[in-house]
Amino acid sequence: MSTPRNYQTQAIILKQTKLGEFDKLLTIYTPEFGKLKAIAKGACRPKSKLGGNVEPLTHSLLLIARGRTLDIVTQSQMMDGFLELKGNLWRTSCGLYTLELVDLFTMENSASCSLFNLLLDTLHRLNANGSEEITLRYFELHLLDYLGYRPQLKQCVSCSSLLRPVVNSFSPRQGGILCALCAQTEPTAHPLSVDALKTLRLWESCDYNTARRVKLKPELSSELEQVLQGYLKYLLQREIKSAAWLEKLKLLRVDNNCGTN
Amino acid sequence: MSFVAEPVARLVKEFSKLPGIGPKGAQRLAYHLLRSSDEEARALAEAIVDLKEKIMLCSICFNITDRDPCPVCQDEKRDHSIICVVEKPSDISPLERTGRYNGLYHVLHGTISPAQGITAEELKIKELLSRLQGGSVKEVIIATNPNIEGETTALYLQHIIAPLGIRITHLARGLPFGAELEYADDMTLNQALEGRQEFE
Repeated sequence: MSTPRNYQTQAIILKQTKLGEFDKLLTIYTPEFGKLKAIAKGACRPKSKLGGNVEPLTHSLLLIARGRTLDIVTQSQMMDGFLELKGNLWRTSCGLYTLELVDLFTMENSASCSLFNLLLDTLHRLNANGSEEITLRYFELHLLDYLGYRPQLKQCVSCSSLLRPVVNSFSPRQGGILCALCAQTEPTAHPLSVDALKTLRLWESCDYNTARRVKLKPELSSELEQVLQGYLKYLLQREIKSAAWLEKLKLLRVDNNCGTN
Repeated sequence: MSFVAEPVARLVKEFSKLPGIGPKGAQRLAYHLLRSSDEEARALAEAIVDLKEKIMLCSICFNITDRDPCPVCQDEKRDHSIICVVEKPSDISPLERTGRYNGLYHVLHGTISPAQGITAEELKIKELLSRLQGGSVKEVIIATNPNIEGETTALYLQHIIAPLGIRITHLARGLPFGAELEYADDMTLNQALEGRQEFE
């Protein structure tokens, strides 16, 4: 049986680049096919029927025609435009950070429905004005889990001994916690407080509603951010550009109140 | 062995570097110039050389110009208390065509795009802030494109200009003339409803 020429799919638009005068090359994440590239013809024209439906940070239903090299988006309907999020600089930047992570960590045509749902839920949470720090850390931890990089938090990743309630270390290279003894042989490991380890263990296994009940002090929040982003950067072997932008915004004291809504 | 004379092959190669021009198109242009008169060919060559030699950025608004400051910034009849901020030099001519705007401009030369590593430092934002320091500017119109990068830039500008106490506005958003309501996206419709106006 031949493959159908058209297919319909939900998609989160990860990024877009201009292609020629009026077209856009989209990178989208779908539940059935994973990451895809597709052309939105005429999307830059003011009267385009695709226009706003194929902007990054949008959840749309797309009808796509198979092309010889690249597929072509023929129809679109917005399912959620995350309007609250887009009216706020800090939350928009948080959303763009999640899109960049998914784009960097995924390969084309490698589907993961759980990853799609994680990204969609995260965007809904950012849109609903929740606690962005917890939302982002929960997203990072579960993204690592779905990609097969779940950090080992139960025992020492080197000697397998049970961890004592003292300051241990996190090794991005070995993908987990090192006991105080093993940490001496791993110079790149970051010290990890007991509270940070407990929080990571809880978030790894609980749902978001439980995760958001954790009261994060600024020091603990910053420690969790450093550990998780350090691990993500180690796996990617490159900087995460949107993370650097979020840092700049923090220095400018851009927070949740900066926006039009 | 090449079947085309070297000067023609060189011109074809140069034309094919231009956006939207493939090898066949480049060949067609080269042969067209070969057939055209010496004056026409020389006028084209001089126009290209002038473009690179005489064009510069205006030191005030950063629009492309052949004299510094540009005619818009020098024009005393224009309203110097309003600055319209645009992404790129080509955004100015559509605004000028309307004949409704009589203020000055400021060209950012890009938009903030965190994933591409383009942040405020890469744009002419610092220069915009120094223009606003004098106290003579009463309003800044943000005319970035209505897409995610344009909106991020607009929100950032709003954040850094607001403490100066200058009025900040942005171009109205909504349905373009000739569009169909049925196909409009949620964001556009939302903004069109918010910005609805009385019939005059």
